[in-house]
Amino acid sequence: MSSPALVRHPEDSMPAIAEAAPAPAVTPPSFGTVALRWYRLNRGGLRAIAIGIISLLAFLLVWHLLTTYRVVFFVRFTNVPSPLAVYASFTKAIHDPKFLLHIALSCRRIIFGFSLAAIVGVPLGLIMGRFKLVHEIVFPVAEVLRPIPAIAWVPMAIMLWPTNEQSIVFITFLGSFFPILINTLHGMSLVDPVLVRAAQCLGARERSIFREVYFPASLPHIFTGLTVGMGVAWVSLIAAEMISGQYGIGYFTWEAYSLVQYADIALGMIAIGVLGLGSSLLIRGAGQLVMPWRLK
Amino acid sequence: MNEILTKAPQGHIDVRNFSLSYDSIEGPVEAVTDTQIHVKPGEFVSIVGPSGCGKSTLLNAVAGFLKPTTGIVTVDGERVNGPSAERGMVFQQYSLFPWKTVRENVEFGLKMRGMPRSQRERAARTLLGLAGLEAFEKHYPEKLSGGMKQRVGIVRALATGPKVLLLDEPFGALDAQTRVIMQQILTNMWQRLKISVLFVTHDIDEAIFLSDRVYCMTARPGSIKAEIPIPLERPRQQSMMMSSEFLALRRGLMSLIREESLKAMGGELNDMGLQGLNIELHGHSLADVI
Ligand SMILES: Nc1ncnc2c1ncn2[C@@H]1O[C@H](COP(=O)(O)OP(=O)(O)OP(=O)(O)O)[C@@H](O)[C@H]1O
Ligand SMILES: [Mg+2]
Repeated sequence: MSSPALVRHPEDSMPAIAEAAPAPAVTPPSFGTVALRWYRLNRGGLRAIAIGIISLLAFLLVWHLLTTYRVVFFVRFTNVPSPLAVYASFTKAIHDPKFLLHIALSCRRIIFGFSLAAIVGVPLGLIMGRFKLVHEIVFPVAEVLRPIPAIAWVPMAIMLWPTNEQSIVFITFLGSFFPILINTLHGMSLVDPVLVRAAQCLGARERSIFREVYFPASLPHIFTGLTVGMGVAWVSLIAAEMISGQYGIGYFTWEAYSLVQYADIALGMIAIGVLGLGSSLLIRGAGQLVMPWRLK
Repeated sequence: MNEILTKAPQGHIDVRNFSLSYDSIEGPVEAVTDTQIHVKPGEFVSIVGPSGCGKSTLLNAVAGFLKPTTGIVTVDGERVNGPSAERGMVFQQYSLFPWKTVRENVEFGLKMRGMPRSQRERAARTLLGLAGLEAFEKHYPEKLSGGMKQRVGIVRALATGPKVLLLDEPFGALDAQTRVIMQQILTNMWQRLKISVLFVTHDIDEAIFLSDRVYCMTARPGSIKAEIPIPLERPRQQSMMMSSEFLALRRGLMSLIREESLKAMGGELNDMGLQGLNIELHGHSLADVI
């Protein structure tokens, strides 16, 4: 390049100027300035957090009022436990090894069922997206089985599997399997063919194209599938536990109803909510780790 | 790097008796017919023609993405039958891998070839330096401007040291100023690397400014209407675009293309009719004319 001035793109001059700027001007900004700047940059986020806390408190307050005054207005709050009663049973439950066992077992079933669904669903979706014949063979069966809710599988699962534990894991697996498969397939169908061509004329062969183009290009949809699949896994797990379990947080909630321990019903529900939220946050975090290019 | 920079000119593209039809419900659509083009080693050749005349089709056949219906495409005497790293390509839609950083994009071809990591990192850095992009090696493509993306695209295509570089309207989406700078960068790289370039554009000025030779295609089904040598001396300067020599070439190409564009825009609106009305189309939209 004989004339670098000509080929310099205007945008490049920015870092160059920044480097060339005279050094003495950089006195470290005071703590106050930094704090103020941080506040200005994160104002939106802080606002959302503040409003979120207020709205949760308002929810608790409404709940408290409805239950203390035993409101009956279409729905009956006569027997609904108050937040304080639920809190009391919570403090008791966390010291109760049986309650912790319920939670631990539910988590174990989710981990087994969901992981299995991901381990089978993602590769199957990738292969179906790439090889037409596999797609043509598997897709019709998947489409017929997909609309059957996992709960409807409970009797069949009990027949299929020798132990209760296995049939519950199987139902959890089924619940998350189809969202994962379908979203992976969808991701594969949206891969930009120009990127495949670009890889081909850089010397990539079938295997590399699969690993370097199709897979990363589908990752955002795979993670959508994992998030949805995790939600459905919990739905299916709780239903299965309520019907056929002896342990698990779903069983705990149902048992509380049969034993007329109303506070424990709400405690079970909240535990399910927190566990579901936690697991979807975990998946989102994993997604951000695996797809750094999607960070804003 | 040095091996890439100093190798002897090669990359003789030869397209002979070429035609290509697409299959459609109404039967085969002939996109390109009876076409001969060639690019000598180290030559810069452009293809211009009206929209839909088959420029991309021709280029994709040279790249190996499409098989000719009749005829043969060879590069250095070897028949093209599939894409390969010997023929680098730059697409209009940028086509950088969004999940790879700028440097990883540039390294991709070398990685495919099995070059060890440290070596290909060094090569990628050198190449990015040539294009003034060293400061952006760790950025993801999404954060770059259109001009920068396309520079990365060109550098990526050149990284493996291809014999020929194929470009399909690479600067079509860029603004006028960026486009001029990109043309300069492309010229510089081409002169350094001494490879053959086949460049598709619909911008006549761009074709004349960059090329040793320009092929002008007819409306669909496309074939070569004219072949215009560009005898302007090199290195070319922006100021040459005002020279009488440049303007004469431009006028010539312009009238060739206009004839074909009118045909492409509608069979019923024929050139004769417009001439009868004594209307100068230049500067008006077709709607104004009708
Ligand atoms: N896959 C396809 N099936 C059927 N017809 C096609 C297909 N691809 C292109 N064509 C037709 O072939 C002709 C040539 O297309 P091509 O894309 O090569 O034109 P082009 O000169 O590159 O046009 P543009 O200037 O718009 O990029 C067009 O009329 C187009 O409609
Ligand atoms: Mg085109």
